[in-house]
Amino acid sequence: MPDVQLLVGTPKGAFILDGDPQRRDWSLRGPLCEGWPIHDLIVEPASGAILAAGGSPWYGPAVWRSEDGGTTWSHSSEGLSYGDGDGGTPIATVWSLATGPDGTVYAGVEPAGLFRSADGGRTWSHVEGLTNHPTRSSWQPGAGGLILHTIVPHPTDPRRVWVGISAVGVFETRDGGATWEPRNRGVRADFVPGPEPETGQCVHKFAMAADEPETLYQQNHCGQYRSTDGGLQWTDLSRNGVPSQFGFPLVTHPRDPSTFWVIPLTQPEDGRFMPDASAAVWRTTDRGETFTRGDTGLPQEDAYLSVLREAMARDTLDPVGITFGTKTGQLWHSSDEGESWRLVTGNLPEIWAVEAVVRD
Amino acid sequence: MATVLLPRSLLALFPGAERRNELAGDDVDSLITALDATTPGIRDRLVEEGPRLRRHINVFVDGQPADLSTPVGPTATVHVIPAVSGGEQRPAAWRTLAPWTGSPRGGSEES
Repeated sequence: MPDVQLLVGTPKGAFILDGDPQRRDWSLRGPLCEGWPIHDLIVEPASGAILAAGGSPWYGPAVWRSEDGGTTWSHSSEGLSYGDGDGGTPIATVWSLATGPDGTVYAGVEPAGLFRSADGGRTWSHVEGLTNHPTRSSWQPGAGGLILHTIVPHPTDPRRVWVGISAVGVFETRDGGATWEPRNRGVRADFVPGPEPETGQCVHKFAMAADEPETLYQQNHCGQYRSTDGGLQWTDLSRNGVPSQFGFPLVTHPRDPSTFWVIPLTQPEDGRFMPDASAAVWRTTDRGETFTRGDTGLPQEDAYLSVLREAMARDTLDPVGITFGTKTGQLWHSSDEGESWRLVTGNLPEIWAVEAVVRD
Repeated sequence: MATVLLPRSLLALFPGAERRNELAGDDVDSLITALDATTPGIRDRLVEEGPRLRRHINVFVDGQPADLSTPVGPTATVHVIPAVSGGEQRPAAWRTLAPWTGSPRGGSEES
């Protein structure tokens, strides 16, 4: 049976939990990446290498790479720059990573922009078409900064990529990054009066349905949404049983396009923790028409837990394993698709990112 | 040749790099360029767009605060030291703003 690894990003470095095939016992390694703040971790499909996105307050942004399962690491930011023009706009940190069907590695950064690498993250080039979008002068940051936090490449067409920027919204390119179009129609921006804007929506996370590239699900500052046309139009799902419109993470099932998970949190003005201080992960199996609560094993009283946008992940086993990490350093795992939960470890730093990896 | 002393946390990023380096250069910028020739990538860790020294990297030439353009004599001692101010969990105090936004960067993962 395959082993499962959990990759965890924190402000005090990356951590790796090596699990047994039953996903019950985990051993912790870290902090890795020299203790750098790590916002995202992925595995490069072709090589199995781990890539970690980060930025040091002292030494700037970089993408780390390990080809031996996290034992040794290299790092690079070659080309990861907007250049020296106009006094230079330093890139603070790398926030997000993804790989396209042609092996391209994408990196989203703060301040918001997209870079790509054709050599596994060793050198980078700026996707200028997004930075030069006509709406750019109106882009405003969310509380986490002006960040490109979500990258969703099309699974077979390397010319198509969707990105999410806070608090700007979703964009899509269909020509390999040369031009981009907003994909925010139908998404509310309750914090702005007047008619629905073209951009300015506060997307928190979105993900693609399994085997349905035109079906996207979104967790927004203002609700949960579904699109069945690649983001051209979104349908509001937030009155379908979830206890709050607000939340950060959203993950989709690896095989069932109708299933995804979210973690609703109270509104920002109310503290951003799990409603009623009662921990739960919510699952839909009908594309967001209804949601059910999964809380067995999770604390149901006095649980003022918050989960950030990249801090929930699923593996590809059957049944699917779901893992989430909290701002207070607890890592919870379910090996039955979110029905029941066990605490993996409780004393990590604030958890920014979780990725689950199945290794044969 | 100037003597350039590098901090532990920077050396940890470049296996084989030495704390003490004897380098030729007229100013701090040229010394860092010389350092990058023997340790590729190290300039990116010390210098940000502008170009200028990263906000939380302090350089001293013979004990005096320096920037990239500070002249360096042939017998100078140059210390590269991470600033105490870099200890924030999130780099909320980075000085520059995106040129297309008038708002400061946030200090939290949340938005």
